[in-house]
Amino acid sequence: MELLIGQMFAGLSLGSVLLLAALGLSLTFGQMGVINMAHGEFMMAGAYTAFVVQQTISDAGVSLLVSIPAGFLVGGVLGLVLEAVLLRRMYHRPLDTLLVTFGVALILQQAARDIFGAPSVDVRAPGWLQGNIELLGAPIPLTRLFILGLSLLCLAGLVLLLKATPLGRRIRAVVLNRDLAETSGVSTRRSDQLTFFIGSGLAGIAGVAVTLIGSTSPYLGTNYIVDAFLVVVAGGIGQIKGAVIAAFALGVLQSVFEYSTTASIGKVLILIVIVMFLQLRPQGIFSLKTRSLA
Amino acid sequence: MRNLLRGRLGTAAGFTLGAVLLLGVAPAVLPAFSLGLLGKFLCFAIVAVGIGLAWGRGGMLTLGQGVFFGLGAYIMAMHMKLADASLFGGTGVPDFMSLYGSGEVPGWWEPFRSPALTLLAVVLVPGLVALVLGLAIFKRRVKGAYFAILSQALAAAFAVFLIGQQATTGGSNGLNGFRSFFGFDLKDPSNKLMLYMIAAVVLLLALAIARQLMHSRLGELLVAVRDQEERVRFLGYDPATVKTVIYVIAAVLAGIAGALFVPLVGIISPADVGVIPSIAFLIGVAIGGRATLLGPVLGAVGVAAAQSSLASTFPSFWVYFQGLLFVLVIGFMPGGLASLPAAVGRWRRTPASASTPDAAPPSSTRPAAPDLPAPDPEAPDPAAPHPEAPDPEAPDPAAPHPEAPAKATRPEEVSR
Repeated sequence: MELLIGQMFAGLSLGSVLLLAALGLSLTFGQMGVINMAHGEFMMAGAYTAFVVQQTISDAGVSLLVSIPAGFLVGGVLGLVLEAVLLRRMYHRPLDTLLVTFGVALILQQAARDIFGAPSVDVRAPGWLQGNIELLGAPIPLTRLFILGLSLLCLAGLVLLLKATPLGRRIRAVVLNRDLAETSGVSTRRSDQLTFFIGSGLAGIAGVAVTLIGSTSPYLGTNYIVDAFLVVVAGGIGQIKGAVIAAFALGVLQSVFEYSTTASIGKVLILIVIVMFLQLRPQGIFSLKTRSLA
Repeated sequence: MRNLLRGRLGTAAGFTLGAVLLLGVAPAVLPAFSLGLLGKFLCFAIVAVGIGLAWGRGGMLTLGQGVFFGLGAYIMAMHMKLADASLFGGTGVPDFMSLYGSGEVPGWWEPFRSPALTLLAVVLVPGLVALVLGLAIFKRRVKGAYFAILSQALAAAFAVFLIGQQATTGGSNGLNGFRSFFGFDLKDPSNKLMLYMIAAVVLLLALAIARQLMHSRLGELLVAVRDQEERVRFLGYDPATVKTVIYVIAAVLAGIAGALFVPLVGIISPADVGVIPSIAFLIGVAIGGRATLLGPVLGAVGVAAAQSSLASTFPSFWVYFQGLLFVLVIGFMPGGLASLPAAVGRWRRTPASASTPDAAPPSSTRPAAPDLPAPDPEAPDPAAPHPEAPDPEAPDPAAPHPEAPAKATRPEEVSR
């Protein structure tokens, strides 16, 4: 029983990290069609933000609370710059955005290596996040519980923003029909920028979160980016609820596979499961009902 | 007809020139060390020919060519390890296995003791993996970004798998320290020359095959599928078959290149097959001109040469440079160097319009409708997109779709 709960929680925790990484992607990839390979590097930027903040504010608790908005800002501004300089001209070539942003990812990684050095750095977790709580006999690390809470908070915030604010309404309008939105007086340029800012900012928050469970290195982004994309693909492009289900399903599956086999075989099994799943539902868990042929 | 004849003659002349340069001039002029390096670059060029077909002509952004490259390479490496072990070790067990593993050769290594089976497997294993994957993906009409991400996940999973199986694949060290190649001593300079020659001949063959493919019915269909997949389907063809065939060919080419890479370079490790090397294969193809025949080859050799001369002296600078190449070439010159003459010509005719490449804003967030499920209410009848609607895949006057100059007109006819 403890084992089962422990494994389930490990899966949920992995899922919550995946969800944090994938939420931003489901905005930029799902809603705008841009395949941002630098999303992982925005996470890395968020993680290094947490590191830098902790260098200035030594109190781990305060620095964590400051890091989260700071990480959001850093990720968001990076995304804004990327959108304004490069992606703006490439909305009609979605596949090429993948390669361009891969180049950006390479540059950001090397920049992190040059600034912070290749060895990984550590961010201290605050005292009130150290230790475990017992759930039916299974030890649950508080840091992982915190990440789970943070990812649910981000999810709630994003859904509220999209569904209940004028800004979110404009974003959704532009996604559904750019021309009609523009004719109705919505500034599509601003909407694009905001969508990208928020999506990239979420990557920054994800980066801050993962500093609590591992060390920060220039390669942090590459560890998450492929899985995060798989979550968006399996969930259905542009579907936030699909991303949520896919993230937690993949997290639980992966922890089960890794427990019953090895980490490396678990990865391969996950991929097989996803390819088989796409055989059943090529458009992911949820898909927009359209009359298009694709 | 005259054009066709001239085209054929020109191709034959170019092919002969390439053969003379690669097989005659290069071995005569270059010192042994540089020749070995060139051999390595030629392996990348063979991969690039396949990517040029699949990505440039077929629009399949395959980010997992490292997997097929790695399959071919590891199969060859396993054979060479086993052969070395029985030739020099006496025990028949590769050295690293007694270090990390049980000291016994695992069952799935055994087939690769046989040279004939190894050569067969180098072609068949990547081909079969690509066939199964291609059928699973393309038959279900998974395409565009989905396909790219899946192929990338495949590369990631493959590298993780190799690293995890240290006892049987050498883990992150990979397989290295080879001494013989089918009984030939690898230290002997004349055998090194032979390896280079094999790589050069394989590249020439790959080019010849690719050239024939491009000019075949299948090649025409491939371009048509890239530009308007739905219309090809309505005409009664199955785009999935076309794509799968080309994907398999690209995979086999990558596998053969990997098998040649191992004896030439002397090591294969997960660092050569994962996500980053798989994407890195693409940049040379993009620089040269992804939809052309020779562009990918020249681009791949150029990038590999630049990397080997720059990366060791300025490692940090090289990564920035590589990143910038991706950004500049894909972002601002999607046709690669091959598109420069046409671009210059256009710029001379209409200097004003060429200077604002993003003058025409995209009409929808996801205009590349074939890639994504686009809920596009502005096209009430998706079966017949009206001609005045901006066609995302059609050559954009400002940012031209990569197109071989010789083929520039024909694919357009298909999409009209």
